[in-house]
Amino acid sequence: MKKMLPFVLLLVVVVAIQLLTAWTDTRYYLTQMTMSAYYALLIIGLCVVMGYAGQISIGHAGFFAIGGYLSAALTTRNLIAYKDTALVRVLDATGLIVAGEDIYGEALMAVTPWAACILAVLTAAVIALILGIPVLKLKGHYLAMATLGFGIIIYRIVLASAYFGEADGISEVPAFQLLPGLAVSGDFGARVSNYYIAWGLLLFGMLLMKNLIDSRVGRALRSIHGSEEAAESVGVDTARFKLQVFVISAVFAAVAGVFLTHYNGGIGPSEASVMKSVRYVAIVAVGGMAHLWGALFMGIALNFLSLRGVFGSYDDAVFGVILIVIMLFAPNGILSLDWRAYRRRLFPRGRAAETAGEGNR
Amino acid sequence: MSLLAVTELHKKFGGLHAVNDVSFNVESGSIKAVIGPNGAGKTTLFNLITGALKASAGQVQFKGRDIQGRKTHQIAACGIARTFQNIKLFHDMTALENVMVGRHLRSRAGFMAAMFNLPWTRREERAIRDKAMELLALLEIADFADVDATSLAFGQQRAVEFARALALEPELLLLDEPAAGLNIHETADIGRLITRIRGLGITVLLVEHDMSLVMDISDEIVVLSFGEKIAEGVPAAIQNNSEVIRVYLGD
Repeated sequence: MKKMLPFVLLLVVVVAIQLLTAWTDTRYYLTQMTMSAYYALLIIGLCVVMGYAGQISIGHAGFFAIGGYLSAALTTRNLIAYKDTALVRVLDATGLIVAGEDIYGEALMAVTPWAACILAVLTAAVIALILGIPVLKLKGHYLAMATLGFGIIIYRIVLASAYFGEADGISEVPAFQLLPGLAVSGDFGARVSNYYIAWGLLLFGMLLMKNLIDSRVGRALRSIHGSEEAAESVGVDTARFKLQVFVISAVFAAVAGVFLTHYNGGIGPSEASVMKSVRYVAIVAVGGMAHLWGALFMGIALNFLSLRGVFGSYDDAVFGVILIVIMLFAPNGILSLDWRAYRRRLFPRGRAAETAGEGNR
Repeated sequence: MSLLAVTELHKKFGGLHAVNDVSFNVESGSIKAVIGPNGAGKTTLFNLITGALKASAGQVQFKGRDIQGRKTHQIAACGIARTFQNIKLFHDMTALENVMVGRHLRSRAGFMAAMFNLPWTRREERAIRDKAMELLALLEIADFADVDATSLAFGQQRAVEFARALALEPELLLLDEPAAGLNIHETADIGRLITRIRGLGITVLLVEHDMSLVMDISDEIVVLSFGEKIAEGVPAAIQNNSEVIRVYLGD
């Protein structure tokens, strides 16, 4: 299976990195690698919408935030005051509520992480559906403006709402017990297992998206990018396909938000900010737009550097500059740059000149 | 019953009557041409039939069902395929992939089936590929299957577009100026190809400027001028129609 080869190679690299950090005693790198994997999950979802279906979204941080914030709020907000309401009783009876104590020893009732996760992701999907129906009728920069507006709305809501913790965000988010003995949490002891959870999820998401692109649906999406008129003329329901892929990418973003929030033990309003959405768009562009592996690697590399603090306080500015430079000099992503052409331009004589004829193939 | 019946079709753009109460029928198994000077409303007529534009009044019936007002993809699903005057291929896709998109309506894998790459979708995928290759071979461009479609020569691009339209297995094929930009030999090839397509049992309605091609292959011709139908008949009758000669050559 030729198609599986990159997945196997990546898996080998993932394991090698873990072993290397264990061997060199630099396990702290795994934390940023884990977080980067979750961001990359959002980015490959956005890549399919932007690169393949040709629909821009500058609001994906909004879907990430819907996932993260809802999951955080549902698993931390105390329902004890509503103990006797019908809804809470039903939830309790069906086992969707955990009772316990908070850090001050007060009685606490909250929704279980599994239920919260499913509810958060479903909410993101429904919002994507409701937003997508009118908004995806727009094209180009009109669509960009509309999704940008959506992102700003989500940002202002989480910033203004007491339920979502206003400027402080939500902290003390509990661990997300996926399976017995396997939990998404920021405990130091769980660092290695969480690294593998994140990368397992990313590889699984990548496999789904790769399958999608190489299918009838993927071709239909790319045909929409090519010419909506021609796509319609061969029977592609362009409105429906655009909407479906938009919803799926929102689900990827929301799942990433849920997992990263449980891993970090909290979420703040910066995760919903417009600059985050711009960053995701920039990374998809650097990766080459219609290039899933490019998006994945750039998603990991740039997020890792950003999380390590390499860009310092110019973090957001760096991503803005990256976007501008890529659009000007490498609109097909840096992986597709014709390096030989650049070498010829820089060193017009000598060996490079002999191969000059190859450029116009 | 006619395969396609256009009845008093009307399209206004502001004060301009681009298509003015045009009626005609296309019989199953025939080749019918729509001709007329530039601006006569030929392409508008096509866009009305395929649902790219909505008519101001009138009807379009396909196999007895009213299709006017439906969306383009729904009309395609009824069995009407088309090519475009200025070729519209999907860029960044190979010639083969372009034709494979044409199999969209003849296959059914949805998002979930595709994402999980179920065994039946793999079988379907093979069938799509085989059929597309078959069509590329029919149009004698199988050698270019894996070439980026938009980097092909003009004539080959037109062939890819034909193959993509044929991939729908349509009952009616609309060709918008199939000979535009082709030289005399290529035009003759296209003429033979259209006749062959009719031989496959596909009815053809075409808009064309090249009179020799139209007179050669058409069973019937409709002549439009300033949005109105001024003549309809067999090629020999159209050639001798004084009104047609007047609009083409002037008084």
